[in-house]
Amino acid sequence: MERILMKGNEALAEAAIQAGCRFYFGYPITPQTEISEYLSRRLPEVGGVFLQAESEIAAINMVYGAAATGARVMTSSSGPGISLKQEGISYLASAELPCVVVNMSRGGPGLGNIQPAQSDYFQATRGGGHGDYRTLVLAPSSVQELVSLTHRAFYLADKYRNPVKILGDGMLGQMMEPVTWEEIELPPLPPKNWAIKGKGEGERKFILCMELDPQELEKFNRKLEKKYQQMAEEDTAWEIFGEESDPHLLLVGFGTVARILKSVIREGKKEGWRIALLRPITLFPFPYKVVQKMAEKAGKVLVVEMNLGQMIEDVKLGVEGKAPVHFYSRVGGMVPTVDEVLQKIADILRGEGRK
Amino acid sequence: MKTIFERPKTLINKPFTYCPGCHHGLAQRLIAEVIDELDIAEKTIGVGPVGCSVYIYEFFNLDFVMGAHGRAPAVATGVKRSLPDRIVFSYQGDGDIAAIGTAEIVHCANRGELITSFFINNAVFGMTGGQMAPTTLLGQKTTTSPFGRSAEVQGFPFKLGEMLAQAEGSAYIARVALTNPRLINQAKRCIKKAFLTQIEKKGFALVEILSPCPTNWGMTPLEAVQWVEEKMIPYFPLGEIKVKEDGSHDAS
Amino acid sequence: MMHHEILIGGFGGQGILFLGRVLATAGMLEGHEVSWFPSYGPEMRGGTASCTVIISAEEIGATVTDHPDICIVMNEPSFRRFSPLVKEGGLLVINSSLIRENCSRQDIEILKIPANELAGKETGVAETTNMVILGALIARKPILSFSAVKSALEEILTGKKKNLLSVNFKALQVGKNFEEKERQ
Repeated sequence: MERILMKGNEALAEAAIQAGCRFYFGYPITPQTEISEYLSRRLPEVGGVFLQAESEIAAINMVYGAAATGARVMTSSSGPGISLKQEGISYLASAELPCVVVNMSRGGPGLGNIQPAQSDYFQATRGGGHGDYRTLVLAPSSVQELVSLTHRAFYLADKYRNPVKILGDGMLGQMMEPVTWEEIELPPLPPKNWAIKGKGEGERKFILCMELDPQELEKFNRKLEKKYQQMAEEDTAWEIFGEESDPHLLLVGFGTVARILKSVIREGKKEGWRIALLRPITLFPFPYKVVQKMAEKAGKVLVVEMNLGQMIEDVKLGVEGKAPVHFYSRVGGMVPTVDEVLQKIADILRGEGRK
Repeated sequence: MKTIFERPKTLINKPFTYCPGCHHGLAQRLIAEVIDELDIAEKTIGVGPVGCSVYIYEFFNLDFVMGAHGRAPAVATGVKRSLPDRIVFSYQGDGDIAAIGTAEIVHCANRGELITSFFINNAVFGMTGGQMAPTTLLGQKTTTSPFGRSAEVQGFPFKLGEMLAQAEGSAYIARVALTNPRLINQAKRCIKKAFLTQIEKKGFALVEILSPCPTNWGMTPLEAVQWVEEKMIPYFPLGEIKVKEDGSHDAS
Repeated sequence: MMHHEILIGGFGGQGILFLGRVLATAGMLEGHEVSWFPSYGPEMRGGTASCTVIISAEEIGATVTDHPDICIVMNEPSFRRFSPLVKEGGLLVINSSLIRENCSRQDIEILKIPANELAGKETGVAETTNMVILGALIARKPILSFSAVKSALEEILTGKKKNLLSVNFKALQVGKNFEEKERQ
């Protein structure tokens, strides 16, 4: 199979096209602008629409409009822009409209910087906007996975009629790796008979995001709750790397950090360390049960993140106090190095690591 | 027997729930009549506002999308770009279109989006209970301008139609009122022109409709109609603000 | 097991990212796992630029490195910043046209090449400095074959840029010849 060296952002954009995305609305922001640039050339070639909006707010609402017609549609941004989109994402969740929102995240808060960070974990996994809703969150860790998870994102968005976020970072967006382009097959989806197309000769249809009757809104909230439970049961994804059967330390990290942790495990092996990595691929739904099983096996857990400690809260919810959970982080756009993590592990294994 | 008056087919057989003396119902009826006359109901999609007319979809026998406050022009853009052969209209109040959604309407007009936008200007935030709107007149008392709007403090009433007329992408901009039969007939002609502007792919079209809000103005319906005529029209003059030169067409 | 961590540093505009891309593409064409990661940011032209390329027989973890086993420095700021990082026993390639300082490290191999002069004189195109350096590097440390590097250039320089192929091939050869003379 032919491999092509591609930048993460461009591979994601091409994967969106191949997944049937024909509409993109966005606003430039580093480090994801290549997605817009690529699609501005590519979408017209396939009869699609690329539109640079006046703001992130307008972009997400254009996504809302196109999604209401049943189209496969995407927008992309980075931290500050995602904050602006959150209003629209809440409305999309409320109107049960499928779409894909990409966050190639960067250092924050505020304008922060443009270097890679994982500081938008809470925003992504807790809904991010107002009201009680969740979005599926996929966390790719390589350029090839940016491709496969982009396909999966569109599939899951349609399956659940829910926005899906792809949470990458500046490093994944900017790096190049070989990509193999093969046909990706996903299960069939029901027809979008809810889509607004003009009533034609049929019954009129609405896309709504309001329910003033509290009894009715509670019913709707419960419906969403069931949907989120179904996501957890059917679509939680993770990878285990390294010493799976008899680890004496469990590492947990996602995205860019997980790659570094794989290097750490290889280096640690030279020291005779038996370390397992659990890499959540879906951050919502989070693989709580696997975390607990692996933590019990290992007896010690180290969470590594490029934020001040966000996913660690989910890890602790999974571990339920059954093992100590240590933490190491770099923030502000700094990326943890293999040496730093090895040092932290050495401290933990000597019993010196602080929780 | 000859039918001389009936409910437009595009309106559902359901009484409007607007306050007595409010012109939302009248404006929506005119829009429905025009949709019937142009025979476009099957391919027309409405995009609703947040405000008093948030339930607009209940009254129209059309497909409807409800979006966020101020964002209707962006939602309509998404709908129209996805389905370019459909007729898309948005319907917003003054807070929606001229305050929180200013950016969306300005850029929608400037792109020349092929949508038809209706703007109900009643100089006040209706649904939230009579707060100051961008179109509140100088000296007008509202619950958030209790001493009357002053230019020094709150700036001037916003003439959105005139501003949008400056945008190269807008093809038809008009301001109408519904305070007497003559003006109602004139308004209907403008509404029709605004739809035809879209159908003939000439560019963005907007009709601003001055409308009374007796409830929040603290007036009887009749006093409110008078207030529109005596206070609003002098500041917000009626008529066609922009008709693109190549955009003249039969509006009979 | 094949595993190289290559760090390239210089000014923006010196073709740092391009050099990295040629290396990564050639590695991929030879069937290895590769990654390419640029420093990115506002420094598009004239500022400092760096790029990390990893070529490995196995799945690549970290895409940045603390200890490159091959390091190319094309200007003084990157020489100062990166030369202390080179892994013991690793190779440091110095563009001596722009770097006057001497490297005091005894535990690494050093290849000095006046790449700007060579590019200017031998190919007539100053922009091929990066390929002169690449030619010398591959000659000194044959981590990849010359034919793979040439195929990589063919894959990258397409369309209107195709006419730049021959001068880039020439630059590779200039670098190779220089290295061979150095060795004698």
